Amino acid sequence: MSTLAATRGRRLVRLPRLRPSRPLRKGDLAIVGALALLAVLVLAPIYVMVSAGFKPPAQADARHMWELPQSLGLGGFRGAWDALGPNFVNSLMIAIPAVVISSMIGAVNGYVFAKMPFRGSNVVFLAMLLGMFIPYQVILVPMVRFLQEIQLYGTIQGLILVHVIYGIPITTLIFRNYYATIPSELVHAASVDGAGQRQIFRHVMLPLSIPGFIVCGIFQFTNIWNDFIFGITVVPDSAKQPITVALNNLSGNFSVDWNVVMAGAVLAALPTAVVYILLGRFYVRGLVAGALK
Amino acid sequence: MRLTRITRTGGGLTQAPAPAGLPPGAPVAEGAPPKRARRQLPFRRSRSQLLVLAPSFLVLGIFVYGFIAYTIRVSLSKWQGVAPTLQVEHPLGTTFKALAQTARFQADMRNVVIFTVLFLLLAILAGLVLALLVHDTLIARGLFRSVFLFPYALSFIVTGVVWRWIFTPSTGANLILDKLGIHHGPKWITDPTVVGDVSKQLDAIIPGGHFIQVKLGIPLAIIPVVIAASWQLAGFAMANFLAALSSLDPQLREAASLDGAGWWQYQRRIVVPLLWPMMVAIGVILAHVSLKSFDLVYAMSGQGPGFATDVPGIFVFEQTFRALRWNTGAAASVVMFVLIAAVVLPYLYRRTVKEAR
Repeated sequence: MSTLAATRGRRLVRLPRLRPSRPLRKGDLAIVGALALLAVLVLAPIYVMVSAGFKPPAQADARHMWELPQSLGLGGFRGAWDALGPNFVNSLMIAIPAVVISSMIGAVNGYVFAKMPFRGSNVVFLAMLLGMFIPYQVILVPMVRFLQEIQLYGTIQGLILVHVIYGIPITTLIFRNYYATIPSELVHAASVDGAGQRQIFRHVMLPLSIPGFIVCGIFQFTNIWNDFIFGITVVPDSAKQPITVALNNLSGNFSVDWNVVMAGAVLAALPTAVVYILLGRFYVRGLVAGALK
Repeated sequence: MRLTRITRTGGGLTQAPAPAGLPPGAPVAEGAPPKRARRQLPFRRSRSQLLVLAPSFLVLGIFVYGFIAYTIRVSLSKWQGVAPTLQVEHPLGTTFKALAQTARFQADMRNVVIFTVLFLLLAILAGLVLALLVHDTLIARGLFRSVFLFPYALSFIVTGVVWRWIFTPSTGANLILDKLGIHHGPKWITDPTVVGDVSKQLDAIIPGGHFIQVKLGIPLAIIPVVIAASWQLAGFAMANFLAALSSLDPQLREAASLDGAGWWQYQRRIVVPLLWPMMVAIGVILAHVSLKSFDLVYAMSGQGPGFATDVPGIFVFEQTFRALRWNTGAAASVVMFVLIAAVVLPYLYRRTVKEAR
């Protein structure tokens, strides 16, 4: 993972080295001990939800939440998939197109801000960026009315549209920061050679943009998959709701077994967790890059 | 070449002044693209810029600014119930006035302020401690970094659903306390107690008599929510601190140890002050997350006993989509927006517009 980032030589952030540089001392063991203790604390809630999914019915309530499973089964996960499977699919159908479209918009916008600055471009950028910080409560009513007007209220397409629109600021920001790390000499050289801006973007910049797309894609996928407020306001029909909304309904339903709810939480966490584990290095870059700046 | 104009920073020779105390290459500095790349680029006038940006700008103009204007308009209307009406209320501002006098909304404002303060303290402190330890460990650094950042990848709903059970009095944390011999553990998210009430003292100062209808203090039920939120976001703070730490000059440490400073002194006197700009950046981002908070509280504790964990985000949602008091919901959302803008705008402005000059 690190080689890819290092050999390309344009990491968005420098990450600490991973290899020891001197012999270990006593203080080092104290640090590792403290870290191990903290890691156990941080992982405890994860243990609770993952282990619950494997526990047999006898242990399937909250009073046994810390106990190790007496036997391993998949009962909790089966129940959770029965309840949340369709919503899991909905979330994928929302997140994937929304991620692709908003990343492409962000790439073009980001290129302009990074490589073709114009008078006042910073003010324009600031005005766009603000859209990422607003509490969505302040736009929900007109948003719902607008979606009703164009017949997309209560549909997955409507949700995709919403995520694309409110994803523009963050994707623009990520790509602007990404393109800023690509030497401007490349742009100059191409324009000396007579390439127009569109050609430069397509033939010089886009081929260099894959890491940018990965970072942006991961970040947006996490945002959209984890969204709750748009899901609950735009789609009232429970069959079409994303998994976060369905999980919250499941959790409030007291006739559902506790371990099924916990397994449901695992299910809802799974895609972003897998992305995080597989592409962790890019994930950190997107996060630190998207952290405003 | 289309070198129409040279930027104000000149031909690329002068070093742009770094913002106070910000280590070079610190990720926050990327608010403006790195100076070198930028200085070499002259402003260009070209239609393609407009052509590319116009659609996004137009869309955001409508869906952000236009929609906020619409919501402000709704907050000044009589719109309640099923039939939409934008008929202006009379006198103007009645809804805001009523909102300010609503006990639940007063509790919400109290909660969100207390929540934000406690959450910032805990998440930033935890993130800082984690970053200092992870940065300095020689063993399994990558593993620890991944573990501590992991909760950030999860949805607030997942966090809320799990932590709700950890802080339900009959289960979770109290099961462990019970084993340790503490048989009647705290009531956690079901505790209606508000400690340190200052409403009486404030009421005496504020003219016009009994305005404050709730206890102004720290609602105990909010503390478990603070812990859950910090669990999720301390890793975010850590990752940003780590990026700043890795940009510090390694010679600093040698110089410090030559001067006889130990680990703790080095961290406290040298590293932490250098991390201050990063701390401000993280603080702004986390404060805005906290002021917006909705999902986590909604899934974990809801309104809480006596609105002990209710927040404006939930209030807006319920007033608007459950009670159909559109104007009340809109007014409360405008209050949220103003609060967040007050925190975020000065910072964003400094980062994007001023720094590029």
